[in-house]
Amino acid sequence: MLSFLSAVEANSGDTIGWALLRIGIVLGVVLGIVPGLIWWERRLLSWFQDRIGPNRVGPFGLLQPIADGVKLFFKEDITPATVDRLLYFLAPAIALFPAFTIWAVLPWGPDRRLTPIADVDVGVLYILAISSLGVYGLFLGGWASNNKYSLLGGLRSAAQMVSYELAMGVALGCVILATGSLRLTEVVQQQFEPLWGTVPWMQNWFILTPWGFVAGVIFLITMVAETNRAPFDLPEAESELISGFHTEYSSMKFAVFFMGEYATMFAFSGIFAALFLGGWSPLPFNWEFLAQRATDANLPWLASALSFVGGPIAAPLWMLGKMFGGITFYIWLRATLPRLRYDQLMTLGWKYLLPIAALNFVVVAIWMQFGWAALFGALAVLFLLYINVVLYVSRRRPKDTVPKVQFANPPASTEATIEVTRS
Amino acid sequence: MTLTTFAFLVMAVVLVLSAWGVVVAKSPVRSALSLVVNFFVLAFLYFGMNYDLLGISQILVYTGLIMMLFLFCILLLNLGAPDTLFEPSLIKRSLAWFVGGVLVLAVSSQVIGPMATWSTSTPTAPEGFGQAASVGQSLFTGWVYGFEIASVLLLVGIVGSILVAKRRD
Repeated sequence: MLSFLSAVEANSGDTIGWALLRIGIVLGVVLGIVPGLIWWERRLLSWFQDRIGPNRVGPFGLLQPIADGVKLFFKEDITPATVDRLLYFLAPAIALFPAFTIWAVLPWGPDRRLTPIADVDVGVLYILAISSLGVYGLFLGGWASNNKYSLLGGLRSAAQMVSYELAMGVALGCVILATGSLRLTEVVQQQFEPLWGTVPWMQNWFILTPWGFVAGVIFLITMVAETNRAPFDLPEAESELISGFHTEYSSMKFAVFFMGEYATMFAFSGIFAALFLGGWSPLPFNWEFLAQRATDANLPWLASALSFVGGPIAAPLWMLGKMFGGITFYIWLRATLPRLRYDQLMTLGWKYLLPIAALNFVVVAIWMQFGWAALFGALAVLFLLYINVVLYVSRRRPKDTVPKVQFANPPASTEATIEVTRS
Repeated sequence: MTLTTFAFLVMAVVLVLSAWGVVVAKSPVRSALSLVVNFFVLAFLYFGMNYDLLGISQILVYTGLIMMLFLFCILLLNLGAPDTLFEPSLIKRSLAWFVGGVLVLAVSSQVIGPMATWSTSTPTAPEGFGQAASVGQSLFTGWVYGFEIASVLLLVGIVGSILVAKRRD
C-alpha cells in the first residue's frame, strides 16, 4: 500500500471511508465559507471607507455572493486570440490546486478521526512546499495571456514569492526547532503546556513567548505576501498593471482565480492559528486545570462549563473563529496600508525579515541548548561587540571616504578637480 | 492489479511523458513546465516508497524554488521558440541516433533485468528510515563535515554571484 494511503489508515485505525469524510468536511466548509468571506470583505471594506456596501440582495446583502456568482457564470467568456491556449486554460486550475491541497495537514480539532486529513510526519514542510506551488498559477496566467502587463504581474509574483518564502521558512524553522516536530498536531499539542513552563493556569501559545512573537509576526507578514494581498498585491496592482496576471481572464476563469485567493487566505489564517495561536483552544487558559480548580471549589456547573469550552465539541468553533479573525486582519491591512513600491518590497523581504528571522532562529537554538541565562549573556556580548564596531567604523570613516587623486599637473579650475575625484 | 501498481503505472506514464516533453517542446516555457510536472510526480514516487521527507523536499526545493527561478530567467530573457530545429548534416544526425541508441540500451539493460524477476513485494524503506528525525540525526553526526562543506560551497557561490553582479563600474 502506498504510504500516503497507509498513513491515512494508520492515522485513525480505520479505512478510506473516514478519509473521504475528512476530505468532505474540509471541502464543504471551505466551499461554503469562501462566498461568505467575499461578502464580509466587501462589507468591512465599505465600513472602513465610510460607505455602506452591498446591502440589497437578501438580509444585509448576504446573498450578494450568489448574485455575483451568477453574474460571473453568465458573462461572456472571452479568450483573446493570441494566448497560449493550453496554459491559458490551465492557469486558473493550477492556481486553485494549492489553495485546496494545503488544507490536508491543517488540524481543526482534537478528534484524530476527523482531522487533519493526513497527519503526515512532514506537515510544516508540506505547507511550505504547497504554498510555493501557488505561484505557478499566477505566473502561467501572466505568461499565457500574451499581454505585457500580465507578464509583468507574473514576473513580480515569482520574485515576490521566492523572496518571502525564505523568511517564512526560517520563521517556521523556529517553531520546528522549539517543538522538535514537523507535525502540526504535535505543534498544537505542545501549545497546551503551561505557559513558559511555569504558569500552570495558562497555555504556552507560541505567540506569547518572546521568540514565538518574533517568528509569528514574520510569519504573518510573509503569509500576506504569499497570498498576494494588500499591501503586497503588486502582481495584480490595479493602478499600474490593470490587475496584472488576470487582466485577460473573464467570466468563470476569473472567478476561479478569485476563489483560489480567498481559499488560500482562509487556509493561511488557519495555519497561523495552529502554529502560533494555540490551535483550537479559545483563549490561552489551561481549561482542564481551571475545571479541576472549579471542582475543588465545589462549583460543578462552572467546571462543566469550563471543560465544555475547552472540550472537543466547541473546538472547531474556536478554530473557525480564529480563521475568521485572520481574514478580518487581512481586510484590515488592505483597508489601511498603501501598496508597497517594488524596491520597498524587496528591501523588506531580504534586508529586514530574513535577517531578523535568522537571528531569531539562532536565539531559539541557544535557548534550547543552554537556557535563557546563556542566551542573554550571548546577546550582551554581541551587543557590546556591535557597539564597538560601530564606534570604530564611525570614527575612521571621514578620512577614508574620498580617495586621494594625485595629479602630475594640477588642473586649472576647481570644477575639473571635483569631477575627476567623483568619477 | 493492485492499487499500488495502478498508482505506480499512472505516475510512471506521466513521468516518461513529461520527460519526453522537456526535450521535444519547442517553447522554452513549455519545456520548463514539463520539467516541473516531472519533478512533481517524481516526488509522489518517493512518497510511495515511504521517503516522505525526500519527496516533500523535492517539491519544496526543485518544483517550488529552482524551477520557478528557471521560468523567471526564461521570461526575463524573453526566450522564444527557435526558428528552426532541423539539423541538416546527415553525419551529425546518424551520430546522434547512434549515441542515443547506445544510451537507451545501456539504461534498459539495467532496468529490464530486475523487472523480469520483479516480485510482488514493493521496495519500501525500513521503518523510520528517511524520516525527518533520522535524516537530521545523520546529517549532524556522521555527515556533519560534508554537510558544512556543502553549505560553505553554497555560500561561496552566493558571494561570487554578488561579486559578478556588482562589477559594473
